[in-house]
Amino acid sequence: MRSFNPNDILFLAQAALWTIALSLIAFFGGGIVGAILALWRISTLRVLRMVASGYIQIIQGMPLLIQLFIWYFGLNLLGMDLPALMAAAIALTLYSSAFFAEIWRGSIEAIPKGQWESAASLGLSRFEMLGYVIIPQALRLALPPTVGFMVQIVKNTSLTSLVGFVELARAGQLVNNVTFQPLPVFACVAVIYFSTCFPLSILSRWLERRTHGHRQPVRSA
Amino acid sequence: MAIVNLSGVRKSYGSLSVLKDVSLAVERGTVVALVGRSGSGKSTLLRCINGLERINAGEIVVDGRRVEQNEATLRALRQEIGIVFQSYNLFPHLTVERNVTLALSLVKKMSTAEGHAIAERVLNQVGLGDKIGAYPEQLSGGQQQRVAIARSLAMSPKVMLFDEVTSALDPELKEEVLRVMEGLAREGMTMILVTHEMDFARRVANEVVFMHQGKIHEQGPPSRLFVEPATPEFRQFISSAIN
Ligand SMILES: Nc1ncnc2c1ncn2[C@@H]1O[C@H](COP(=O)(O)OP(=O)(O)OP(=O)(O)O)[C@@H](O)[C@H]1O
Ligand SMILES: [Mg+2]
Repeated sequence: MRSFNPNDILFLAQAALWTIALSLIAFFGGGIVGAILALWRISTLRVLRMVASGYIQIIQGMPLLIQLFIWYFGLNLLGMDLPALMAAAIALTLYSSAFFAEIWRGSIEAIPKGQWESAASLGLSRFEMLGYVIIPQALRLALPPTVGFMVQIVKNTSLTSLVGFVELARAGQLVNNVTFQPLPVFACVAVIYFSTCFPLSILSRWLERRTHGHRQPVRSA
Repeated sequence: MAIVNLSGVRKSYGSLSVLKDVSLAVERGTVVALVGRSGSGKSTLLRCINGLERINAGEIVVDGRRVEQNEATLRALRQEIGIVFQSYNLFPHLTVERNVTLALSLVKKMSTAEGHAIAERVLNQVGLGDKIGAYPEQLSGGQQQRVAIARSLAMSPKVMLFDEVTSALDPELKEEVLRVMEGLAREGMTMILVTHEMDFARRVANEVVFMHQGKIHEQGPPSRLFVEPATPEFRQFISSAIN
């Protein structure tokens, strides 16, 4: 047994880089797939709506842990050797995409029908209505729940330890196993998690204020 | 040739029949006021004209173009038809100027300078030239409604549709909007308006159309219709509308 020392903190900080990397993969991968799914959910084509909604139901109905196992152990059993990073990236991307899609669909649908109608009446195409009228307004509504879910993702990356990742939570366990000083070790882990998630909330509040920056004085002619 | 022509139009929502065989011809440069009780189908009729609602039977022709439910037709058609709603429906995230110029740049492919010139012209026309840089939430209801009118006018429509555009406004604010509409009528704009303002209809409309239970029940120039209503339903409607 040895005591908790600065090297351990360095080790935790390095593990936190995995947490951050996995989170970023989930944000970007899940964000892109989620955006496409959200558009499918509100498509005029029935088949796209049905495919997207079926996919979302399945993904949302399964624990992330099980999805990680399916991509890691399941495909390995079938003879496909998926590296842990790949399996984690796929699982996190698909998992986040379903939740992002639902958050964004909800925000789009919360925009009053009159906005669609007046844009349509001016001759805008469906894509123009979405791009210039609906989505800019929906973004503001979507911001708080989106950031809320991103914070969830950061915490959920700890599940990847079960397919072999030494990310922040797993690193904390390892350090505790050799130091037997759970209080300082996990306090340190908690502080690192917090300092990863907190900037997200700050960013969100800042963006929210910015997208609502309508209150500049009226310019007179 | 009428600029708006409806013949045998039927529209239902599920089993609810809202328009039952409506035929109406609107001549160029005239003002038609649609009046009638709540639920009689006035808004639905208006919304069918620019294709916001799909009709189940009959035909609507605007300026020689048949209203059909495909994107290309509707886009072309809607450039000819302006519509103003009771709830203004301005784009809250855009300035007054951008509200007016958005469709000019996207649909008519105009440059920023061309758009700006038109925005100044139509905003002056509705008396709001000084609000060009404001956001909708900074304006009163009456001002927002006038911006909505300006936004439609910017597209140089051949026909303007108004659906109870003053119903959400306080009496003092109603007047400023009605004055703008009256000015448009004087300039020869073809207008179809749903209204509860009987005085306005009497003063400005060339033709009053009384709708009752999804049909045109009575129709004619206001000078005749309001003086000697032919049907008991319309007579009753007028007396309840005045009180
Ligand atoms: N989207 C819809 N789905 C189902 N029913 C509808 C829909 N829109 C309108 N209706 C029904 O159609 C009928 C006519 O509605 P409409 O809005 O045209 O009436 P209106 O004459 O404009 O009434 P008001 O003076 O209250 O505005 C009403 O019974 C209404 O409930
Ligand atoms: Mg109505």
